[in-house]
Amino acid sequence: MHIMEGFLPAFWCIVWFAVSIPVVAYGVYKMNKLVNKKREMLPILAVAGAFIFVLSSLKMPSVTGSCSHPTGTGVGAIIFGPAITAVLGTIVLIFQALFLAHGGLTTLGANVFSMGIVGPVVSYLIYKAGMKAKINFYFIVFLAAAFGDWATYITTSTELALAFPAGGILNYVGFFSSFSKFLEVFAITQIPLAIIEGAVSALLFKYVIEVKSDILVEMNVLTESLVRKIRGLAA
Amino acid sequence: MSRKLEFIVIAIILIFAAQFFYMSSTTHAEYGGADDKPEGVIDQITDGAYKPIAKPIWKPPSDEIESLLFGLQAATGAIIIGYFLGYYRAKNSFESDLGIQKDKKLQRDEKIQT
Repeated sequence: MHIMEGFLPAFWCIVWFAVSIPVVAYGVYKMNKLVNKKREMLPILAVAGAFIFVLSSLKMPSVTGSCSHPTGTGVGAIIFGPAITAVLGTIVLIFQALFLAHGGLTTLGANVFSMGIVGPVVSYLIYKAGMKAKINFYFIVFLAAAFGDWATYITTSTELALAFPAGGILNYVGFFSSFSKFLEVFAITQIPLAIIEGAVSALLFKYVIEVKSDILVEMNVLTESLVRKIRGLAA
Repeated sequence: MSRKLEFIVIAIILIFAAQFFYMSSTTHAEYGGADDKPEGVIDQITDGAYKPIAKPIWKPPSDEIESLLFGLQAATGAIIIGYFLGYYRAKNSFESDLGIQKDKKLQRDEKIQT
C-alpha cells in the first residue's frame, strides 16, 4: 500500500499532505493529553504501535502470486481511536521511508492518509457498529481489523487513480478505468492478508483482555460486565 | 483457559500456508511486492511518460540488507509486545498470590483477637 517515492505528481503530494497533517497534529495533541493524564496508558500505546511495526514489516505471499503486507492499525484504532493511531502509523511510515526505501517522503502524506487515517477510521466505525449490534467481541475485532486493512488498500488505489486517470484527464471514465487497474494489483492480493490481520488482531485483544482489561474499561473500549462475560466464555 | 481462538487463528494460518504451497508449486508466480507493481500500471496508463519526481534518499544496498532491516523492524515490535504482556501477566499473578497471603494473615489476626 506504500506508494513509492516519487510516484505521485507534486500536486497530489501536496494535497495528501494538506489532508494528513491536521489529523496527525490533532493526534499528537490527543496523545499528549492522554499520556499526561494517564501515565499507565503508555505501555498499551507502545504495544499498539509495536503491533503496527510487526505487521507492516511482514510481506506475505498471496493468491495472486505477489506479496503484500498487513497494516496492523486496527488494534490501535479500537483502543485509542483513529487520530492517535494516525500518529503511530506515521512513525512507522517515516521509519520505512528513511531506512527501507519503502514508501517515500514525498508520498508520505498519501501513505499516512491511507494507512494512518482511512484504515483506522473504518476499523473504528466497524467496531462501534459491532458493539451496538452486540455481536461476539473477537468477531468485531476481526471485522474491524480486516476491513480497515482492506480500506487502506482501496484508498491507495483511489489515490493512484486520481493522480493517473486513464487518458490523462481526470474524469469519471478515466478515474474508474485506472481505479480498477490499481485495485487489481492491491485489492485481491489483500483479501487473504486482511483475513490473517483480522485473526491476529483478535488474538492480541484476547491477551490484552487477559492481562490488562482495566485499561480497556478505562478507555471505554469494553464495559466491566462485558469483560466478565468474555472472560467467563473463555474460562 | 479456553484456547478456541488460538485454534481458529492457527487454522486460518495453516489454510493460508497450504494455499501458498499449492500455488507456488503449480504456478510460476514471482511473488514480487505488490507495492512495486503500480510502477508498471502507471507506465501503461501514461505510456511511459511519467517520470518519478523524487528518488529515495537512501536505499538498502542489497536484498540481504533490506531483509535484515525488515527483520529488525518486526523483532523490535515483537519484543515490545512480549515484554509488556509478560510484565502484566507476572504482575497479575504475583499480586493475586500476595492477595491470598494477605487474606490468610487477616484471618489469622482475627483468630488471635477473638
